[in-house]
Amino acid sequence: MHNDNRKIADEIILRSGVNPRKCMKCGKCTATCPAFDRMEYHPHQFVYMVETGDIEPLLESKSLYTCLSCFACVDRCPRGVEPAKLVEGVRNAVIRQQGKNHMTADDVPGKLDSDLPQQAIVSAFRKYTK
Amino acid sequence: MKVSYFPGCTLKNKAKDLDVYARKCAEILGVTLEEIENWQCCGGVFTSKDEVATKLSSLRALRYAQDRSQPLVSVCSACHNVLKQTNYLMQNDQAFANKANLYMTSNESCDPYDGTTAVYHYLELLRDVVGFDKIAEKVTNPLTGRKIAPYYGCLLLRPNSVMQMDDPENPTIFEDFIRALGAEPVVYSMRNECCGGYVTMEDPDFSKSKSNAVVNNAVSFGAECVVTACPLCKYNLDKNTHTIPVVYFTELLAEALGIKEDCDNA
Repeated sequence: MHNDNRKIADEIILRSGVNPRKCMKCGKCTATCPAFDRMEYHPHQFVYMVETGDIEPLLESKSLYTCLSCFACVDRCPRGVEPAKLVEGVRNAVIRQQGKNHMTADDVPGKLDSDLPQQAIVSAFRKYTK
Repeated sequence: MKVSYFPGCTLKNKAKDLDVYARKCAEILGVTLEEIENWQCCGGVFTSKDEVATKLSSLRALRYAQDRSQPLVSVCSACHNVLKQTNYLMQNDQAFANKANLYMTSNESCDPYDGTTAVYHYLELLRDVVGFDKIAEKVTNPLTGRKIAPYYGCLLLRPNSVMQMDDPENPTIFEDFIRALGAEPVVYSMRNECCGGYVTMEDPDFSKSKSNAVVNNAVSFGAECVVTACPLCKYNLDKNTHTIPVVYFTELLAEALGIKEDCDNA
């Protein structure tokens, strides 16, 4: 099982282009994240857990869908680690599997209100669905 | 001057006024926005660079502009972000560019995209091509005495290594735009923090707290109005805060140029 986790973590690192070993554990990504208090695992934990191959809790976590892709952590990381791209890498590892989409077309009508811009729907779909 | 114009899905629907004001104002400022034929939705967000298919709509727009030797302009922050990031990828990742161009050329008789299209947000067009000083000269209805808070949000500025619009932590383009219209920009600390974005679909309470933090901060610095370029920012702020009006920057521009009523009646 441990080998499988390492393999998944390495694939996420490869696909996202993020090198978690650059992280110096300052915590600035989490400090600047607008969603940190909604996340079970914070951005700095994503980086550490991918680095150490502790992947399973991340794959199961709702934190994957709370990231706003606002890129605050990407621009403000003093080491250029780009945590948001790693969060996306983990999320993709989940939703690219058969039947693992986080949002389906059938879910959308229940989430609409009369003013919701199309931009919100297409963005959520691109983030949550493959 | 003629430019290739990518309006995007929302400007054809929930944010029609953002589009209408932009077109009319451009005419007055000597720029013709030529809408790209058969443009396709940008997707709203730029996703992982190991995906080719999600970049093709942007790539078609970039190549359309290349074929006409025109810059590519959009008004929506999200469209601009996706177009600009796709352009950057095409310019800086040869393996990706080769792969994406193969998709494009296999079923369309065309040259590959060579990465030469300049991508401008409408605000950048105003600053870098038209010039804020020229806009100030064209203002017939200066917004004197109005205290306006620019809201950048995320998409205009980040990632800065790609967007290169302004200093991502201390931007001035929106403030300079507001000054050109005769109004007073309100500088406040939350102007480049997130409104809650698309997560509003799953967690509206979360967007409410983020949007209120932004608007309350602007109000505490004396703002009478918040101005934005992003339909999703406007939605989140409008829906969740009711203290001061939230308007599109193109509406302010139309008002200062004295054509707002013409646009509203069109």
